[in-house]
Amino acid sequence: MTDMRVSIAGVEMKNPIITASGAFGYGMEYNEMYPIEKLGGISCKGTTLNERQGNPGPRIAETPSGMLNSVGLQNPGSEAFINIYLPWLRQRDITVIANIAGHSLDEYREVARRVSDANVDLVELNISCPNVKEGGMSFGTSCESVEAVVSEVRKVCNRPLVVKLTPNVTDIGSIAQAAEAAGADAVSLINTITGMRIDIRTRRPILKNNIGGLSGPAVFPVAVRMVREVYKKVNIPIIGMGGVSTWEDAAEMMMAGAAAIQVGAALFRDPFAPLKIIDGLQTFADQQGLKSITELTGSVQEW
Amino acid sequence: MRYVQEQCTLIYKEEIAKGVFSFTLKAPQIALRAECGQFVNVLCDPFQLRRPISIGGFDADAGILRLVFEVRGKGTDWLASLEDGATVDLLGPLGHGFPLMASDKKAVMIGGGIGTPPLLPLCRRYGKNATLISGFRTASAVILKEDAEAFGARNVVCTDDGTSGFAGFTTQALEEELKNGTFDVVYTCGPKIMMKKVAELAKAYDIPCYVSMEERMACGVGACLGCACKTKKEDGSSAMTRVCMNGPVFEASEVDFE
Repeated sequence: MTDMRVSIAGVEMKNPIITASGAFGYGMEYNEMYPIEKLGGISCKGTTLNERQGNPGPRIAETPSGMLNSVGLQNPGSEAFINIYLPWLRQRDITVIANIAGHSLDEYREVARRVSDANVDLVELNISCPNVKEGGMSFGTSCESVEAVVSEVRKVCNRPLVVKLTPNVTDIGSIAQAAEAAGADAVSLINTITGMRIDIRTRRPILKNNIGGLSGPAVFPVAVRMVREVYKKVNIPIIGMGGVSTWEDAAEMMMAGAAAIQVGAALFRDPFAPLKIIDGLQTFADQQGLKSITELTGSVQEW
Repeated sequence: MRYVQEQCTLIYKEEIAKGVFSFTLKAPQIALRAECGQFVNVLCDPFQLRRPISIGGFDADAGILRLVFEVRGKGTDWLASLEDGATVDLLGPLGHGFPLMASDKKAVMIGGGIGTPPLLPLCRRYGKNATLISGFRTASAVILKEDAEAFGARNVVCTDDGTSGFAGFTTQALEEELKNGTFDVVYTCGPKIMMKKVAELAKAYDIPCYVSMEERMACGVGACLGCACKTKKEDGSSAMTRVCMNGPVFEASEVDFE
């Protein structure tokens, strides 16, 4: 049997499948249906320093082969994360990634310090949320601001640091290089692509926030291309995500360059999607005669 | 496990009014766990998002679940095209349903159109102590009257155009009922504007009132925060609360109807 373990910045996971931030909460709801310990890891709901209410509803709109969301980082804040949710997760054998977000450099620094002092395995720095007015994605769209925020967070973060990148940029490879230069231990991509839907009868956007982030199978080929571009530009591991719904998608994204995979929107169609992906990947890797699943990473032979 | 993903067989489909379908499904795992006012999240295969549909009936012993829904868009249109014998992927039962009082208490339920189905299990629960006020555009759109009456409930039908029952709004009929009778609890599901008025009337008569909310939804289990609605805390401040998990049923005083 193929060894399914992967390692991201020195943190070993039992398999490469992680549930994506925002789609899985802290795992409690899905743990009603299956033990979340079967997953390689969980990337927790984005945590800001203090509680945030997020955007008014509607926050969800369907799209061809996907969906838009404009939740806007609703979360209970860093203290609740550390004192309530993290202890629950730490009772389980699962790699815990804390996803952190902020409005300002100061907030990013403070939440990074608090969360990385707590018992998490990795910190994922969200500089790519499209649904908040200040901060969020605006930090992730230029090389200068990426370097600034990553280097500041790097100083106070005493866990391996994953920087989550937005696809809403011209050249994601340069952005990834900026993150690497500023001290990122890994990058994760892609966050959602900004989009909009309009109700033609009311002439109103479906989302109260007017715009939201597109995810689901619709974004998958874009994500594969971006993972590939980043793979060619950086030497740190890549956590790939964006529309991964099946084990075939996961294998494809690993071949493009991902060392691990996050699964988000697929959960909403099938809550068991991550487990099916793990099983399918195992069978495929066995059939391919791989010693380690890591052999898939970056293995595409381009024309 | 409070909820499960279950592959259910559609036993019997019926179009009970134009564009309104009743599905009777073999769903033993969900029927076993279901409570009044909960919902299921239904996979509509060609589409990314499941459709939340209220539970219109359940029988744990028979393993039967009933869903009554209106074709509102592409997803429900696809669902309505399924034929008897089809497999339907359901996630449920989800959410917190209607708090129940002793079955000898008098309950009045106000349903606006397709908001009526989740009140049907309450008609069964309260039997002859149930009064269902259900409102529709016109006589041909009236649904579930025989079903409610079969459980012993009294059904006051209201139509906008007066072609059946009381000519006017459900809230007008409710006002009459409250003047002339005594009730221990009010339950409602339907358009927000209707539920707001129902909540005001219940408050005026000092009767507990529970409302069932609706919102565009993704996960259905409380993880993604996609379906949050604005609610009021006791201290007067507001919060964004998950319709799927904290609801769909809320105490009326918690809800911000604006």
